[in-house]
Amino acid sequence: MSNTKKMSISDIFGKLFRNQIFVPIAAMLILLIFNLIADPSFFRITLGYNSAGNPVLSGYLMTVLDCGSELAILAIGMTLVTAASGGQDISVGAGIAIAGSALLRVLCGNNTRPETLNAPIIVAFLVSVLVAMCFGAFNGCLVAFFKIQPMVATLILYTAGRSIAAWINNNELPIVSDATFSYIGGFIPGIPIPTPFFIAAACLLIIALVLKFTNLGLYTQAVGINESSSRLNGLNPTFIKWLSFVILGICVAVAALIKVSRLSSINYSVIAKDIEMDAILAVALGGNALSGGKFNMWASVMGAFVIQLLTTTLYKFNVQSDALPAYKAVVVILLVVFSSPVVREKMAQISKKMKSRKEAA
Amino acid sequence: MKDNAVLELHNIHKSFPGVKALNGVEFTLRKGEIHALMGENGAGKSTLIKVLTGVYTKDEGEILLEGHEGPVSIKSPQDAQHVGISTVYQEITLCPNLSVAENMYIGRSDDILQNWKKMNEGAGKMLESLDIPAKPTQQLGTCSIAVQQMVAIARAVDMDCKVLILDEPTSSLDDQEVQKLFKLMRDLKERGVGIIFVTHFLDQVYEVCDRITVLRDGKFEGEYEIKDLPRVELVSKMLGKELDDLSDIKGDSEVKVISDGDIPVFEVQGLSSTSGIKPFDFHIGKGEVNGFTGLLGSGRSECVRAIFGADKVISGKVIKNGKEIKIQKPIDAMKNGIGYLPEDRKIDGIVGDLSVKDNIILALQVMKGFFKPFTKAEAYAFADEYIKLLGIKTASADTPIKSLSGGNQQKCILARWLLTHPDYLILDEPTRGIDVGTKVDIQKLVLKLASEGMSITFISSETDEMLRTCSRMVVMRDRKVVGELSGDDLNQTKIMSTIAGGEA
Repeated sequence: MSNTKKMSISDIFGKLFRNQIFVPIAAMLILLIFNLIADPSFFRITLGYNSAGNPVLSGYLMTVLDCGSELAILAIGMTLVTAASGGQDISVGAGIAIAGSALLRVLCGNNTRPETLNAPIIVAFLVSVLVAMCFGAFNGCLVAFFKIQPMVATLILYTAGRSIAAWINNNELPIVSDATFSYIGGFIPGIPIPTPFFIAAACLLIIALVLKFTNLGLYTQAVGINESSSRLNGLNPTFIKWLSFVILGICVAVAALIKVSRLSSINYSVIAKDIEMDAILAVALGGNALSGGKFNMWASVMGAFVIQLLTTTLYKFNVQSDALPAYKAVVVILLVVFSSPVVREKMAQISKKMKSRKEAA
Repeated sequence: MKDNAVLELHNIHKSFPGVKALNGVEFTLRKGEIHALMGENGAGKSTLIKVLTGVYTKDEGEILLEGHEGPVSIKSPQDAQHVGISTVYQEITLCPNLSVAENMYIGRSDDILQNWKKMNEGAGKMLESLDIPAKPTQQLGTCSIAVQQMVAIARAVDMDCKVLILDEPTSSLDDQEVQKLFKLMRDLKERGVGIIFVTHFLDQVYEVCDRITVLRDGKFEGEYEIKDLPRVELVSKMLGKELDDLSDIKGDSEVKVISDGDIPVFEVQGLSSTSGIKPFDFHIGKGEVNGFTGLLGSGRSECVRAIFGADKVISGKVIKNGKEIKIQKPIDAMKNGIGYLPEDRKIDGIVGDLSVKDNIILALQVMKGFFKPFTKAEAYAFADEYIKLLGIKTASADTPIKSLSGGNQQKCILARWLLTHPDYLILDEPTRGIDVGTKVDIQKLVLKLASEGMSITFISSETDEMLRTCSRMVVMRDRKVVGELSGDDLNQTKIMSTIAGGEA
C-alpha cells in the first residue's frame, strides 16, 4: 500500500478505535501499566522448584497464563455458540462438573481411592469428550430444532448438571493419586511452563486451522446474521447452530480435564462455579455482539486473558476473595461501557475532529 | 423563505467515510403540494430524508421551517417530530400487536395516566375524517398492509405535522390500495400539508405529484413542475444521460419460444407446497425467458419457491432434461443448476453484516462444500470480477453489504447466483425498489443471459417490464395457474383480462 505512509497518527488511532480487537488489547495494556506503576514486582518471574523437585516458572504473569487457559478454551466455544444462535450457553460450569465427573469415574472405576489408574488417561478423556458432546448436542437440539431461547434451553443443565455429576460417581469424591494425571493441570517434569497453557495453545491452533481450512466461520456468521437467507443459499441453519453447541461441548471437556487435574479430585458444587459468566464476558469484552452474527475469535480469547489478568491483579492487591466479585464488577462495567459501540463511535469522531483541526491549522 | 414555502433546505452537505452522499442539495416544499423526490439508488434520497428527520446530522447547510426564525437544528427524530416533520417509512414501524388507537397515540402523551376512552374517541374521529377503514380498537396486525400504512400516516397527521415524508409507501401495495393511499394524500394536500413522496414508480409520480426534485450522485439536479417534465426527460435527468429507448431492448436479441418437439430443460408436474398453492404444471426451455404474473398474493412467488425447494414440497415432481430429480431443500436445487433471487431482498437475500465479497461468493461456496473454502485471492477475484461486470457501486469488496444502496445490494445477490453459473435462474422481483437505470441494466442482462443459453423465470409487479423480457407468461389467480400467454396474446389487455378472469 503506497498511502500507508501518508496516514497520520490520528488516522491510525481512528482505525484502531474502530477495530474490534482494540478494546481487549487496550484493557490489557491498561491493566499491565497499572501494575507496572503500582508494583513492578507483578512482572517478576522466578524459576523455582515445586514439591516434586521439578523446575517451574512462577510469578503473577505465569498465573494469568495458567489460570486463563480454561477460560480461553471455553471462550472459543462460547464465541461460536453466540455467533450462530444469538444466545449464550449458561450450563458451561455444570457441564465441566459432568465431564469432570465422567473423567474420574473412568479413571477410578468403582474404587474412590485407586492405587493405580483403572484406564489410560486418554481413554478417560475421550469418554468425557463424548459425554460433553452429548450434552452439547442436547442443548443444541433444544436450541436449533425446538427453537428455544439458548439461555432458557441451557438453564435445564445449569440447574440439573451438578446433580448429574454427583450421581455419576454415586456422590463420592474420588481422588486420583497418579502423578502423571496431575501433570495436565500442573507441570510436566523438565518443562517450567504450566501445561494448561500448552493445551490452550493447542486448542487455539486447532480452531485457527479449522477457521482457515473450513467454512465454519463463514457459515456460522451467515446463519447468525440472517438465517432465512442462509437457508436459501443452501445452508442448513439448524445443523450449524447444533454444531456450535457440540463444539462448545468439546471445549467444556478440555476445560474439565484441566480443572479436575489441578485438584486431582472434584467438588461437584463448586468446581468451575460461575465460569459461564466469565466465558460470556470474554466474548462480550472481545467486542462481539451477544446477539450473534459477526465474530472475532481472537478478540474473545484476548478477552478471556483480560478477565484472568484482572482477577490476578485483584488477588495481588490482597482483595478479599469474597469482595473480589464487587471489585471485578466495577472494572467490568468500565470495560463494557468503554467497548460499547456508542463510546467507540464517539472516540472515532473525536480522532476525526482532531485530524480536521490539524489540517485546518 | 420563499412565498408559501413550509420547508427549505439550502446547500446540504453530508459525507460518510469515502463517500460524499450529499453535495450542496437544495429543496423547497410548498404548502399543500405533493413533491416527488427522485433519483437513482445512491443519489442521496434516503440520506436527505434521514438528515431531515434527524437520523443523520448534516455536515453543512441550513434547514428553514415555516414559523421558525432562522435555521432550525434537527438532531434526533424527536426534534423532527417537534418541529412538525413526520415520516412514514417503507417498512411499517408500528406495533402490530397493539390496537390502532394505541399505535396512533403511543409515546405521545406526557401524562402518566392514559384516558383510554378519550384516546379511542380521538382516534376514531381521525380515522373517520381521513376515511380510513379501521376501527380504533382493532388490533393493527389484523389490518391489511395498506391500512397499516394509512394508520401510520394518520398518526403522523394527528401530530400536527406540516411536512409529511412518505418513503416508498407504495412498494408493498397493490393497485387498489395505492389508489386509496393517493386519495388520502390528496385529502391531506387539501389541508395544507406539504408531502414529500419518495418512490421508484414513475406512473405514481405523474399521477399524484405537483412538483419533482431530482438528485443525482448526491447533487441537486433541478426542481421541475410536473407538467414541464415529460417522463423520458425525467429519466434522463435521473441518469444524467439520454436513455436508450426502453422498448427497444428486446429487439436486438432473438427471442426463443420453445417448440413442441424439444425436451424442456426443467419441467414441473403437479407441484404444490405447504404455502398453499394449488398443484401446477410448468416447463421452461433452454434460453427461454418466461414469467409468472398475477396480483400480489396470487401465488407467483410461492410457485418458484416450490421449484427451488424453499417451501416444503408436498406433491408433484420436477424433471430436468427428461430425468426426474428430487428437490427437498434449496441445496438440492442449487446442485441441479437452479439459482433463485428471492422476492424480499432484506429478509431472504442479503446477509447484512457480511462483506460484499462474502455475500457474492456465498452460494458457490456452499455448493463447493464445508471443507473447501476459497482462498482469499480466489474470493476477491470472484468478487472483483462481478463488481466490475455488474457495475456494483461499493467502496470496496470488504464493505458490509447492508451499507450499500438497494439496487447495488440487488446486484450483489444477482452476482451471487451468476457466479454459480446456473442452467435455470429464477428472478423474483429483481427490480423492486431499485432505480430506473438499474432496472434497465437488469432487464438487458436477463436477455443477454438467455441468448447465451440460460433459462430464466422473471417475475415482476410491473407488467410492462415482463412484457419486454418474457416470451411466455403464466398467469395466476388465487394461488392457481389460470392461464398461459405467449406470442400475440402477450399484451397488457390480455394479461389484465386473464388476471381478472374474464375470458375476453
